[in-house]
Amino acid sequence: MVLSILTAIGVMTALSGGLALLMVIADATIGRYGPCRIRINDSRDLEVEGGQSLLSTLKNEQIFIPSACGGRGSCGLCKVEVLSGAGAILPTELPWLTPDEQKRQIRLSCQVRVKRDLSIRIPEELFNVHQYQARVAGLRDLTYDIKEVRLQLLDPPAIDFKPGQYIQFEVPAYELTDEPIYRAYSVASGPDQHGEVELEIRYVPNGICTTYVHQHLKVGNTATINGPYGDFFLRDTNRDILFIAGGSGMAPIKSILSDMVHTKNPRRTRYCFGAKAIRDLFLVDEMRAIEKQLPDFKFIPCLSAPDTADVWNGERGLVTEVVDRTVTNLDNLEAYLCGSPLMIDACVALLKKKGLPEDRIFYDKFA
Amino acid sequence: MNEPASLWTILFAAIFTNNILLANYLGMCSFLAVSKEIKTSFGLGSAVVFVMTATTALNWFVYHHVLVPLNLVYLNVIVFIIVIAAFVQLVELIIDRVSETLYTALGIFLPLITVNCAILGVSLFMIIRDYSFTQSVMYGLGSGIGWMVAILAMAGIRQKMKRSRIPRGLEGAGITLIIAGVMALAFMGFNGIL
Repeated sequence: MVLSILTAIGVMTALSGGLALLMVIADATIGRYGPCRIRINDSRDLEVEGGQSLLSTLKNEQIFIPSACGGRGSCGLCKVEVLSGAGAILPTELPWLTPDEQKRQIRLSCQVRVKRDLSIRIPEELFNVHQYQARVAGLRDLTYDIKEVRLQLLDPPAIDFKPGQYIQFEVPAYELTDEPIYRAYSVASGPDQHGEVELEIRYVPNGICTTYVHQHLKVGNTATINGPYGDFFLRDTNRDILFIAGGSGMAPIKSILSDMVHTKNPRRTRYCFGAKAIRDLFLVDEMRAIEKQLPDFKFIPCLSAPDTADVWNGERGLVTEVVDRTVTNLDNLEAYLCGSPLMIDACVALLKKKGLPEDRIFYDKFA
Repeated sequence: MNEPASLWTILFAAIFTNNILLANYLGMCSFLAVSKEIKTSFGLGSAVVFVMTATTALNWFVYHHVLVPLNLVYLNVIVFIIVIAAFVQLVELIIDRVSETLYTALGIFLPLITVNCAILGVSLFMIIRDYSFTQSVMYGLGSGIGWMVAILAMAGIRQKMKRSRIPRGLEGAGITLIIAGVMALAFMGFNGIL
């Protein structure tokens, strides 16, 4: 009896151990690709160890390609132009690439493996992207469903970004996710506060990141972010500015405004902020304070469906209706929109109808 | 089967009358997920043919030369799984190294079928039916081809179906399972041949 149990255990161990050993040997011999060189934008060369995906190889070299799924080929964000050395496009990439992108050799960097020398092209801004260790320095409820998260950067201790850009917040494995995932949030603080990053995060029921932030994150916790990313930032012209935002779309606009205060920007600026009722409004006092600090800035909050108890003398109606009423002169105007895709589509359509050229409309869709 | 079946009968039966997918409904998950395009189905199908044939042979050896002599046949399920997983991993590593085209066509599907229950099913049936080594290899090959025939047929049907109006609740896996059922009935018609 004992003997048969021991044989069973022995055989299983020998078999699994033998196969595991075989795998380890195979991994170290067949799976070894040796050093490879990655040429980036025809100017920089990286010496790397081959064998891993392009995404994680670049990450090890402190170059962060935006990606949301953690390299499983299910988000389609980590696109990179690979000029040579990647072989044919894999069937796992096809669903994410348009015919035009396929022609231009755009690839998903999480599916491309570094097996030989590669030549790739990535936007220069990505060199400015780093990973930051941070500590949660403050949590504040802005409304019943939007939380302000203040992160104090520890390593590196300061971040350099353009107001309006976003970072990616790492959610560690917890109840709702088995592996770390990343979600993008716009920075709400101005770039002059190098050592601190403020985020505004709206609760989405069962959202992996928002549930984590709203129900698990505590002051003093550590957090990991990487960034900055994105091309939503104030263009350097002297046109009038129209900001339109809703909900947590406030964040990048607030960042841009605090930078404008810091640089004493004199441009004529209007900011229409759409909310349903008073309980959805936030940071109104801060915006009023900025009105006093900037020479020509007006904050125009508007309510689309105020509660019966709300005392409200401001604008009423959907944000599109308010923009339609209050914005009359579009000759010298640039519009910056931030919020839900629905709101943005409606506002872009309205602004185009009113005659604003498309190249003067900038937006950041929160999907 | 009372008398020992001939090799060709085993092969034919595995492909048509006892199709592992349509008669036993094994290997459903990858069948449902990958049967949208003929091209990818062909890649996955070839990977299944190859892995099924090879692992049946390997498992036959492990069963008859390790498990039976040591009186450990009750461990067969877990041992077979380990052998299949290690084999698939190894083959993927080798293909990746040896040929880029082969890897693109076949290699990327290998991780998908490590956990394909049809692969394990074939190894277990081979024991239940008491096949000899050559019979087992033939049975593995036949089951693989049968699985490939089924997924290719399904991919063809689904490609044709792209423009059909399907009731919303049945889109995707729902209609695929119904079609698989109809196909299974059709394949039962082959029963009269043998």
